[in-house]
Amino acid sequence: MALDKNTIAKRIAKELKDGFYVNLGIGIPTLVANHVPPEIAIEFQSENGVLGIGPFPFEGDEDADLINAGKQTITTMPGASFFDSSMSFSMIRGKHIDLTVLGAMEVAENGDIANWKIPGKLVKGMGGAMDLVASAQNIIVAMMQVNKRGESKLLKKCSLPLTGIKCVKKIVTELGVYEIIAEGFLLVEYAPGVSVERIKNATEGNLIISNGLKEMNFS
Amino acid sequence: MINKKVRNVAAALKGVKDGMSLMLGGFGLCGIPENSIGALVEIGVKNLTCISNNAGIDNFGLGLLLQKKQIKKMIASYVGENAEFERQMLSGELEVELTPQGTLTERCRAAQAGIPAFYTPAGCGTEVVEGKETRRFNGKMHVLETAYEADFSIVKAWKGDEAGNLIFKGTARNFNPAMCGAGKITIAEVEELVPVGTLDPNQIHIPGIFVNRIFQGTKFEKRIEQRTIRLN
Repeated sequence: MALDKNTIAKRIAKELKDGFYVNLGIGIPTLVANHVPPEIAIEFQSENGVLGIGPFPFEGDEDADLINAGKQTITTMPGASFFDSSMSFSMIRGKHIDLTVLGAMEVAENGDIANWKIPGKLVKGMGGAMDLVASAQNIIVAMMQVNKRGESKLLKKCSLPLTGIKCVKKIVTELGVYEIIAEGFLLVEYAPGVSVERIKNATEGNLIISNGLKEMNFS
Repeated sequence: MINKKVRNVAAALKGVKDGMSLMLGGFGLCGIPENSIGALVEIGVKNLTCISNNAGIDNFGLGLLLQKKQIKKMIASYVGENAEFERQMLSGELEVELTPQGTLTERCRAAQAGIPAFYTPAGCGTEVVEGKETRRFNGKMHVLETAYEADFSIVKAWKGDEAGNLIFKGTARNFNPAMCGAGKITIAEVEELVPVGTLDPNQIHIPGIFVNRIFQGTKFEKRIEQRTIRLN
């Protein structure tokens, strides 16, 4: 069965390692914070200027001066810090962030990503996404593999305006986990009950099946 | 002590004229100079170029200036929450320049620091660097981005003293520090203006040298855009 958004986030949480500083984008990536294994120490960064984000506040504790990049009210963890936008992007551009998780509209088999603009539709802006993808060493894309019209979002070449080039390392979708290699999308894991045939049909770009292909494991 | 205190927002905004460019701090509605924006609406200055990460919402923040058609050009990284903005952008009334967020803050900071331009990898390989100078460093493409020029920087801080020293609170800091001293004149509105000697010099985020005029705002609504709570 294909994964839901929460389970995609749960699978991505397995990529977290002790001591990681992590930037989570808006949407499915935000849910990753709910699945951090208790035995490891992680700090979440938000590009509007906070490191050490905690859970959402309880009702009545919301603070207008304390939000994440999605403009949601948040809390902080012990050891948290605040800083200005320039220092925040020094962390990002300077490769001090260990993992970036973001959503995408399209990913190409060479690691190009498009997630900020649909021509003819209203453009909202790239926010911090272009800075993140241009510099991050370790980018995981969390996305649904097919769009509402049933078309694949894992492509030979992106059709939408790009956010960044040759930057995505790994993709987790409702159907599988993929690594970007020279030849294209390397399928390394499939969602429980999802056939390779279904994954092939949902992948427009070049798909390579890993010799070590296995079912996703969430524990 | 060099005294930067002005008596009210009207005195702080003296000299803001039609056609000028303004840098305004804030991320979403967090840490925006809301007293100054309200006064700009009253003064009615037009044809403004505004450099700010976002463009407010329909009835708050820079959205108030948009409602009155006071903004000619908006430079921002994300403008998604504003119906009047959409309408003016699609009709061509409003010129919009979208720029990566880290580039936007660094172009402010460069102006503050007297650096005319800098290279960044953000946007390389995408349409936002079209027509700009690029150069390869360590095997990777970078684009040359220039410092912004602005007539006024208008920022919001939590506390300030009469010498113009500023302390920010939480994520309301955001773009405000990089904009201080980046425009020709910097106006700081603060929630609490205290006499000199009250603030601990160790805790100052922005030294008063970067601030020309400081005043205590009369009202801070501090609206929340996405009130999000946990249930258990």
